[in-house]
Amino acid sequence: MSADTDGRGLAFTLVILLGGLVFGFGLGLSGMAKPEIVLDFLQFEDFGLLFVMGGAAVVSGVTIFGATNFLDRAPLTGRGYTRRLKTFDKNVPIGGAIFGVGWGLSGICPGAAYASVGLGNVTILWAILGMFLGAYAQGFVRSSRAEETDAAAAPSTD
Amino acid sequence: MDITTLPLVALADLFPRGVAQYAAGGLLIGLGVAVIYLGTGIIAGASTFLESTLSYVSDVPRFNRAKYLASRDWRVVFTLGIVGGAAVYALAFGEFGWTTDVQWWRLLGGGFLVGVGTRVGKGCTSGHGVCGVGSLSETSLVNVATFMAFAIGTAQIVAALGVSP
Repeated sequence: MSADTDGRGLAFTLVILLGGLVFGFGLGLSGMAKPEIVLDFLQFEDFGLLFVMGGAAVVSGVTIFGATNFLDRAPLTGRGYTRRLKTFDKNVPIGGAIFGVGWGLSGICPGAAYASVGLGNVTILWAILGMFLGAYAQGFVRSSRAEETDAAAAPSTD
Repeated sequence: MDITTLPLVALADLFPRGVAQYAAGGLLIGLGVAVIYLGTGIIAGASTFLESTLSYVSDVPRFNRAKYLASRDWRVVFTLGIVGGAAVYALAFGEFGWTTDVQWWRLLGGGFLVGVGTRVGKGCTSGHGVCGVGSLSETSLVNVATFMAFAIGTAQIVAALGVSP
């Protein structure tokens, strides 16, 4: 598979799987896989979610700080360790606002929705269907706009 | 009521389910990200799975960019891991088979907006909220502050309109 440039064999796949398992177990234990608990937080009835996000960000923060400062390269891919720094533009707050309305309406976000399936929560498939439709809609619109831009012979921005 | 117990009572009101399970869950969420990061150098967010998986079935150019084609296989593995990890939790704690009471149109409509918003805004609660904040990225901090404010506002309005659950 020529496109599979991140594939580095069995060890790579197992580490991704192990990370996913721990991540998913944490989402289950934290209650985030239950929309009711997220909605309780957003309605100021239970502030426990602050500990979920805070705890997760502290662990990832310490890990990223330690790796970028004291480690060389990732053993399974040879990648250098970097911070997650996305460029800022107007899409960041616009997307955040749309995401926020959706999160406040449904109580569900992508990782938590996948985890909810693991609870046996078949009702959550509505949310996953919605997320795929939403992601498809924005990708379709963006691609259409890009074609218009190409037709106008403007330089590509991507 | 004895005045000296007031702060404790107030604290219990803020955390009716306690904090232990929340904190432990959060630490594990961070640990899952850390395992993948330390082993592979990859900073795993959960929402790119949506776009990269669409590349299997759609010809839309947006989904077929090299970075999605290169990562779509391991993103499927990551997501299956998330489902499996939550299943292990549910079986271990006797919660397997739990289903939400939140109405289907809230899940579908909210999910749609989450799908649009996370892709437009370059990340979700794990990408921006955990990895981005952990990286002290100003972009992520702005995104998180924005989605928190809008989510709280939306949830409060929906509750005020009497929609429950």
